[in-house]
Amino acid sequence: MTIKVKINGVTKSFEIQPDDFLIDVLRSNGYLAVKQGCDTGTCGVCTIHLDGKAVLSCVVLAAKADGCEITTIEGVQSEAERIGNYLISEGVDQCGYCSSGTIMSILYLERCIKEPTDEEILHYLNGNLCRCTGYSGQLRAIKRYMEAKKNERG
Amino acid sequence: MISIKEYIAPKSIEEAYNLLVSNKGCTLIGGGAFLRMGAKSISLAIDLSKAGLSYVEEKEETFEIGAMTTFGDIERHKGLNKVFNNLLARSVGDIVGVQLRNLVTVGGTVYSRYGFSDPITALLVLETDVKLYKQGIIPLRDFLIKGSKERDILEAIIIKKTGRIASFQSMRNSKGDYAILNLALSMKDGSYSIAVGARPNRGILATKTMDFLKGKELSKEVLTEATDIIAEEIIFGSNTRGSEAYRRQICKVLLKRALEEVKGYDNKSED
Ligand SMILES: Cc1cc2nc3c(=O)[nH]c(=O)nc-3n(C[C@H](O)[C@H](O)[C@H](O)COP(=O)(O)OP(=O)(O)OC[C@H]3O[C@@H](n4cnc5c(N)ncnc54)[C@H](O)[C@@H]3O)c2cc1C
Ligand code: FES
Ligand code: FES
Repeated sequence: MTIKVKINGVTKSFEIQPDDFLIDVLRSNGYLAVKQGCDTGTCGVCTIHLDGKAVLSCVVLAAKADGCEITTIEGVQSEAERIGNYLISEGVDQCGYCSSGTIMSILYLERCIKEPTDEEILHYLNGNLCRCTGYSGQLRAIKRYMEAKKNERG
Repeated sequence: MISIKEYIAPKSIEEAYNLLVSNKGCTLIGGGAFLRMGAKSISLAIDLSKAGLSYVEEKEETFEIGAMTTFGDIERHKGLNKVFNNLLARSVGDIVGVQLRNLVTVGGTVYSRYGFSDPITALLVLETDVKLYKQGIIPLRDFLIKGSKERDILEAIIIKKTGRIASFQSMRNSKGDYAILNLALSMKDGSYSIAVGARPNRGILATKTMDFLKGKELSKEVLTEATDIIAEEIIFGSNTRGSEAYRRQICKVLLKRALEEVKGYDNKSED
C-alpha cells in the first residue's frame, strides 16, 4: 500500500506493508536521526512529531500516518543544535543516543507550555530514558534553554 | 511482532462495525500500542483513527469522551482538568511518557478491561457509562464484570458531572512503570466510592469500606479502621511486581493518603 505524508515540510509517498511501523519506514528512507532503541514504546529515542504531537514512531503503524504531517529532528536542525549545545554545556550529551528523542520532547514541551515549572519539565521528559547521564543535568540544560527563549520573547 | 495482511481505516463507526462483523480474523486498532507488544496474526486490521471517534464533548450534565481520544488529550483537556480534582489526568500521568500517552486510547483501554489499568480504576469511582455501538449504553461497573456479550466497538465513555471530590493514588517501582497497586476514591456528601486496581487483577470497588465510611467524620481511629477493612475485603494476588502480602500493606497506605487528601479538600470547601 502507499501512504502520502508531509515530512519536514515536503510531501512524499512511501510504499509500505500494512504491518510496517513508522520508525522502520522513516529510517529506511534516510531519516536516520530517528533512533531505534527498545522498539516497544518505553525508551523514547524514536520520538517524532505527528500532526504536531510528540509520539513514539516505534509504536505507530506506518499506515496510520497516511495524510499526516511528520517532523523528525532532521526538520528542526537549527533548534536541535541550539538545545544540543545546552545539553553539551551541562555535560549531559555523552554517547548521545538519547539526544534526538529528548530534543524532540523538549520542543514539544515548549509548544505546549511556554514557561514550564521543574515538575512540568520532568513530566514531559519522563518518557525519554538516558543510560549515560543523570537527569538533573538535563533539567538544568532545559531550564537554561527555556530561560533564554523567555528572555528573547521579552 | 504482530503481522497484518490487510489494513483499512474506515471513515465512520458504522463502516467499521460492518467490517468487524463480516470478517472473522479481523482486529480493531485503537492506538495500537498494546497490540504492538504482542504477536497477533491479523488478517484484516480495522483502524479506528479516521472514524471520527477522537473528541471530548462537554455537555450540561456529562462529559462524553470518544473511543479514539488519547490519554494525552485527556491530560490537556481544560474542562476535564477542572472536575474531580483532575482525577483523570492524574490517573494517566504516570503511564510511560507523554509520547506514549499521545497514542494510547480510551477505547482500547476500557474495552480490554486490563487488570493493570490506572484510568479504569479512576473511572470506577465516577458515574461512568460505556457506549457500545451495537449494545448501547451500559454502566462501566457492569461492563467490567461481564465484558461485551458480542463483538462490538466501544464508541465512547460517558461520565456524569456529579461534583464529587476525588483522589488517585498509585505505588510504582519507578515513574513510568506499571503500578504495583492503584486506588481511586471519590466523595460527595459523606458518601464514598473507592476502587482498587492492579491487584494485579482488574479494578474493583471496596464496597465494605465504602459502607463503613458513609457519613463518618474522618478521625484518626476511623482512618485506621477503614484501612483494616479494605485490606481484609480486597482480594490481592502476587506477580513479579509485588506479593499479595505487600499489596495488602500498600493498599492501606494508599487509602489513608486518599482519605487525607479528600479530607483536606472538604475542609477547604467548608472554609
Ligand atoms: C509500554 C506500555 C506501557 C504501559 N503502561 C501502562 C500503565 O502503567 N498503566 C496503564 O493503565 N496502562 C499502561 N499501558 C496500557 C495503555 O495505557 C493502553 O491501555 C493500551 O495500550 C491499550 O490502548 P491502545 O489504544 O494502545 O489499544 P490497542 O493496542 O489499539 O488495542 C488493544 C485492544 O483493544 C481493542 N480495541 C481498541 N479500540 C477498541 C474499541 N474502540 N472498541 C473495541 N475494541 C477496541 C483492540 O482490538 C485490541 O484487542 C501501557 C502500554 C504500553 C504499550
Ligand atoms: S524505540 Fe521507540 S520507545 Fe524505544
Ligand atoms: S547520553 Fe547516552 S543514553 Fe543519553
